[in-house]
Amino acid sequence: MTRMITIFVQEFRLARRNLWVLLATGVLTLFALALAFLGAGQGAALKADVLSLTAASLATLSVYLIPLIALLMSYDAFSGEVERGTLALTLATPVRRWELFGAKFLAQTVAAGTAIAISFLLAGAAVVLVYGAAPAGLAAWASLTASSIALGAVFVAVGLTLSAAAGRTALAAAMAIGIWLVLVVLYDLALLGGIMAAGEGVFASHVFPWLVLANPADAFRLYNLAALDAAPVAGIDGLARTLPFPPYAALGALALWLAGALALGIHRTKRIVL
Amino acid sequence: MTDTVLDISALTLSFGSLRALDDVTLRIAAGERLALLGHNGAGKSTLFKAVLGFLHPDAGRISVAGHAPGSDAARVAINYLPETVSFPRSLTGREVLGYFSGLRGAPRAAIADLLERVGLAQAADRAVGTYSKGMRQRLGLAQALIGAPRLLLLDEPTSGLDPISRHDLYSVIAEAAGRGSAVLLSAHGLEEVENRTDRVAIMFRGRLRAEGTLEELARRAALPATIRVTAAEGAADRLHAELGGQRINGARLEIDCTPETKLALLARLTAHADLLRDIDLANPGLAEIYRHFSKHMDQEDRT
Repeated sequence: MTRMITIFVQEFRLARRNLWVLLATGVLTLFALALAFLGAGQGAALKADVLSLTAASLATLSVYLIPLIALLMSYDAFSGEVERGTLALTLATPVRRWELFGAKFLAQTVAAGTAIAISFLLAGAAVVLVYGAAPAGLAAWASLTASSIALGAVFVAVGLTLSAAAGRTALAAAMAIGIWLVLVVLYDLALLGGIMAAGEGVFASHVFPWLVLANPADAFRLYNLAALDAAPVAGIDGLARTLPFPPYAALGALALWLAGALALGIHRTKRIVL
Repeated sequence: MTDTVLDISALTLSFGSLRALDDVTLRIAAGERLALLGHNGAGKSTLFKAVLGFLHPDAGRISVAGHAPGSDAARVAINYLPETVSFPRSLTGREVLGYFSGLRGAPRAAIADLLERVGLAQAADRAVGTYSKGMRQRLGLAQALIGAPRLLLLDEPTSGLDPISRHDLYSVIAEAAGRGSAVLLSAHGLEEVENRTDRVAIMFRGRLRAEGTLEELARRAALPATIRVTAAEGAADRLHAELGGQRINGARLEIDCTPETKLALLARLTAHADLLRDIDLANPGLAEIYRHFSKHMDQEDRT
């Protein structure tokens, strides 16, 4: 336990000193405020709660930003230590490899989570001050914040796993960018292409929703948009209305991804050869 | 009976078809310093990693203070300084030591003393990024002194350091040995470790070629000493006929002799004192001794 706390403290300190927390907080706050106040006119016109509306648009943006931030924080965690020689020093002490992976994961998740919580809290407070708040809006905002932290945790675990598997920083960086492109950008495009080609049918009603659920980024978006009755959603997001499962299943998908990434990451960490 | 801290017997380790370590046997007692010499790729770092438990031998046995490599007791007993290590630049020296103290379960109260011992007390709260190369290496050494180690493994601790930093580093190592740590360090040349370690072991292509004190190695190598004689004018021919050896030029003569015949030859030379202008005696240097043990192996390989 002492060892995990020691690693946690050091990793969190590094995340802070490397300005990751500050940078992530700044970027997320700016985007959240921009969405809230630039989109506010539309909200007033639709007579919708501005907080709910902003939560919807912030969810679609967070899907891109939060995985990117989490991967950038974590991709170097093992490969960098292999290259600098400090991993050999750490593993020469009685520390267990799973403790090292676990403590790094917790520290970076807390770092990413702190950035998300602070920026969403700031932006949410600004919206409430200017436009007031409805209970539904507050609930949507809270679940957006919580699920964003969960999404961050999933991608921190994925990034750490890549880092442990790659062993070299350059390769880990390439893999991180690759997995971001695939899960966040290309996967959606492929699904969209699929649904347009297949049209209304078995694919659209029975296969497609599960494919959406299988990707952590889409599961996150699905959860947040399905929970928002008031928000006007279109395209892929519109399908959130016709799901064969409750929106909470999307949280289950995130949890499965997290468990899988952690298990694989610990396995890969045990196989790092020094 | 001496207190053996590191006991390696008949250790063999291969990477595929490459034999990185071949039948290596080595013992180090508490308070003893042993320098491991060898060319790049001779197997020094591989031996260290096997002692740390990172690599598993094909045959042979390693015991660290009576424990198997990689066990908790062995990990606590060994402190390690890798050949190249760079600590995170944004951490301070004190924070780096705090991290490793925490992992080893050593008291943080000892950190100030460690920084003092390696001469980093002034720089303790500065970021590692501002340290010079010598300071970083001393921080690495301080890290290796956490918790009074039974065995210090130092992989080329002085590579790339200036002579003064090197000297400082060896005094800290001597002090650690004085406190009872066994020290195994690797280096590139005999000159560097002369008078700084108790014993020397020379590795060549994964095998332990020679091991002992420098004096023992010199004796075993039995390299000839060379006597250079400058003859008085016109006496060179007579001297050559009398003593043998090789003519260098009109007035000078070079004679090789074994350590045993050296005195007798000098006695004969002084008998011809009237024919001599100067005598110069060159004993084999450390570089020659080192080369002898490496070259010897080379020839054995070819046969």
